[in-house]
Amino acid sequence: MYKLLLCWRYLRTRWIALASIVSVTLGVATMIVVNAVMAGFSYEMQTRIHGILSDLVFESHSLSGFQDPQWHMDEIKRAAGDDILGMTPTVAVPAMLNFQVRGQWITRQIMLIGIDETTHAKVSDFGRYLQHPGNREQLSFALRDGGYDTIDSQSDTKAVTRPALEGAGWPHRRMRVERERVWREKLEADRRAGGATDPAATDPAASEPSRSVDQQVDAVLAATTTDASPVAAGAAADPAAPPATADPFRQARPEEGTKMDPAREQFTGIVPGLGLASFRDNAGTDRFLVLPGDDVKITFPTSGTPPKAVSDTFTVVDFYESKMSEYDSNFVFVPIAALQRMRGMIDPQSSLASVNSIQIKLREGADLDRVRDTLRKVFPADLYAVSTWRDKQGPLLAAVDMEMSVLNILLFLIIAVAGFGILAIFFMIVVEKTRDIGILKSLGASAGGIGGIFLGYGLFLGIVGAGAGLALGLSIAWNINTIRAGVEWCTGERVFDPSIYYFYRIPSIVHPFTVLWIIVGAVGIAVGSSVLPALRAARLHPVEALRHD
Amino acid sequence: MTETSPAILRVRDLRKNYRSGETTLEVLRGVDFDLAAGEFVSIVGQSGSGKSTLLHLMGLLDAADAGSIELDGTRIDGLSSARRDRLRNTCVGMVFQSYHLLPELDALENVLAPLMVRHGVLEWLRVRHQARDTARALLDRFGLGSRLRHKPRQLSGGEMQRVAIARALVTRPRVLLADEPTGNLDEATGAGILETLCELNHADGLSIVLVTHDAAVARRADRIVRLAAGRVDDAPQALDQSAHAGQAARRKAG
Repeated sequence: MYKLLLCWRYLRTRWIALASIVSVTLGVATMIVVNAVMAGFSYEMQTRIHGILSDLVFESHSLSGFQDPQWHMDEIKRAAGDDILGMTPTVAVPAMLNFQVRGQWITRQIMLIGIDETTHAKVSDFGRYLQHPGNREQLSFALRDGGYDTIDSQSDTKAVTRPALEGAGWPHRRMRVERERVWREKLEADRRAGGATDPAATDPAASEPSRSVDQQVDAVLAATTTDASPVAAGAAADPAAPPATADPFRQARPEEGTKMDPAREQFTGIVPGLGLASFRDNAGTDRFLVLPGDDVKITFPTSGTPPKAVSDTFTVVDFYESKMSEYDSNFVFVPIAALQRMRGMIDPQSSLASVNSIQIKLREGADLDRVRDTLRKVFPADLYAVSTWRDKQGPLLAAVDMEMSVLNILLFLIIAVAGFGILAIFFMIVVEKTRDIGILKSLGASAGGIGGIFLGYGLFLGIVGAGAGLALGLSIAWNINTIRAGVEWCTGERVFDPSIYYFYRIPSIVHPFTVLWIIVGAVGIAVGSSVLPALRAARLHPVEALRHD
Repeated sequence: MTETSPAILRVRDLRKNYRSGETTLEVLRGVDFDLAAGEFVSIVGQSGSGKSTLLHLMGLLDAADAGSIELDGTRIDGLSSARRDRLRNTCVGMVFQSYHLLPELDALENVLAPLMVRHGVLEWLRVRHQARDTARALLDRFGLGSRLRHKPRQLSGGEMQRVAIARALVTRPRVLLADEPTGNLDEATGAGILETLCELNHADGLSIVLVTHDAAVARRADRIVRLAAGRVDDAPQALDQSAHAGQAARRKAG
């Protein structure tokens, strides 16, 4: 009984010991917050990576791919059985994207991915990341007649951050075509009038845009918008799916065969990653270099040996934004049939197309690794690679895991430092209380009982410190976005810049097991560091302790 | 009476050395000492004569190097530490020169401390009312009934020593060992404390061993044992006269 009473009395009369547990509190709170935010980031990243990549990827080692995806899909289905929920073939080749901004050609290195527009969204979260509500329902490579989101559909803010997408689609395309036509006419008129010598005038966008031209364009637009749209929509519904014929090049380049009206027709549709076509300015608004409705050129290798580079013109129909900048600034999606035709991946004799890979979605709860291993047994490893989405992003996920472990070790050292503080203060208290320890021993207290006072004291400090840390940490972790807003309001600085992270709020996930582990660790350190002082107190010789002053 | 009563404490050829580095200090060199039940004995001697050490050995605070100590006919030297703790708690009450109260506890709690040491938490919840009554009665008896909730630093020296005596008695010990209980007190207060001890001896038949270097204090006891250089000094001294006088006085009273 005296142990409890003395523990309590020592606590009440020695606030210095409470000071030492402030660092336990802070350490525990920091660990909880950091773990929650790291777990949140890790979760967001994994969902995104998983959303972009399907559960399993079945691919060939070569760029030319393998023939007859349907046969492969049937074989996969037979091998893996009921676990398969959906499959879609894709073709992925490195390529270059070229587009013109204010008269300058900009070239970007990309991964050109041919997808099946009807099935691709079923094996991954691809559809969710598009900017047109209609495309999110069902992707179409036909240009939409406006209606693109000006508000980021994946964020919970209601602020308009993409005003440029307001007129995107056919209206933008018609306006651009008109503007070019007016420019051409003006140049023509200038040349006829006096033989223009100003070299800048030949490049319409490089010279100062003239107000009068804009007015002309507006006038022309007012005349054309009323009648153009129904026809355009009808014309656009179809060109993405031409029949596979013996001469693909005639279909691939409609401008060579027939005279194409760019205001009413489009080239093959593509969906580039948002990061390729836009950047975010300081005000948090996305500025676009290319809009849906604009035409771009893509240079890609043919499937022959050695590959030759060919170029073609495409029309941007939507943007893809997974919020993983690595993907958003790299991926460009095209209809798989068009890409197979342009690359010459269709065998003229058998008219069987080739694909690079097959994306596989498994049913909920299926064991990814087991299915992967089954498929690896069925298909020869020197021809095909089968990997899960985790395998694909293994290094990244491993790096995040390691970062978390290292951070945890470092933060635990903070609590360990607090442990040394407790050790020092306890030694001080033992020295100060030597005579009292002697008195207790003379009253018949055992060595274990005396040690117990100090162990109990340490346990109590640990529990109080960890408990306060738990409360502090959880309240921060659960309200981190409110706190961020408060700090931003106070300092006027952006604490968490969404343009860097592509999240609009700080993700935070509290795992009860992690919290338990932290608490147990902190209390363990507090008790552990009171063991030495407790031993010293227990071993004091009663006579010498009584003489101590 | 002294001869007929059985010995509560019987010390035979007790030896104790203190080592510090190379040198060994022989503090007790074979002490023989008996305490009869109900007897009040003073141990006197100069500083360093080993009287405090003898008291500590009898109070089981320290272990002897040789010799034996018997309590009620049972040897209590060389016991395990757990049994020594138990005996110290139940059979021996100790009073010290500088009171040795726990500063964090008030007077009542200080008196209760030995009982708290004896009982675990659950047991304590069962016995605490009875224990409080006992402690309160003791403090009342010593005139401290109004100071139960005072901390040691709010008490005078005499009051602190009386709290210490109450603490020593709350466990109903077989023997009370007092180490210079009046050493820090002025004459009048010290006399009061001595009076209390004598009264406990007379009225309750408590066996008391009092260590002191003050001849006047020692004279209040039934018998005086003189320690010199680690041995009981049997040579007759001037003190013996007064000791006999004390004995005579006691006989008269009895």
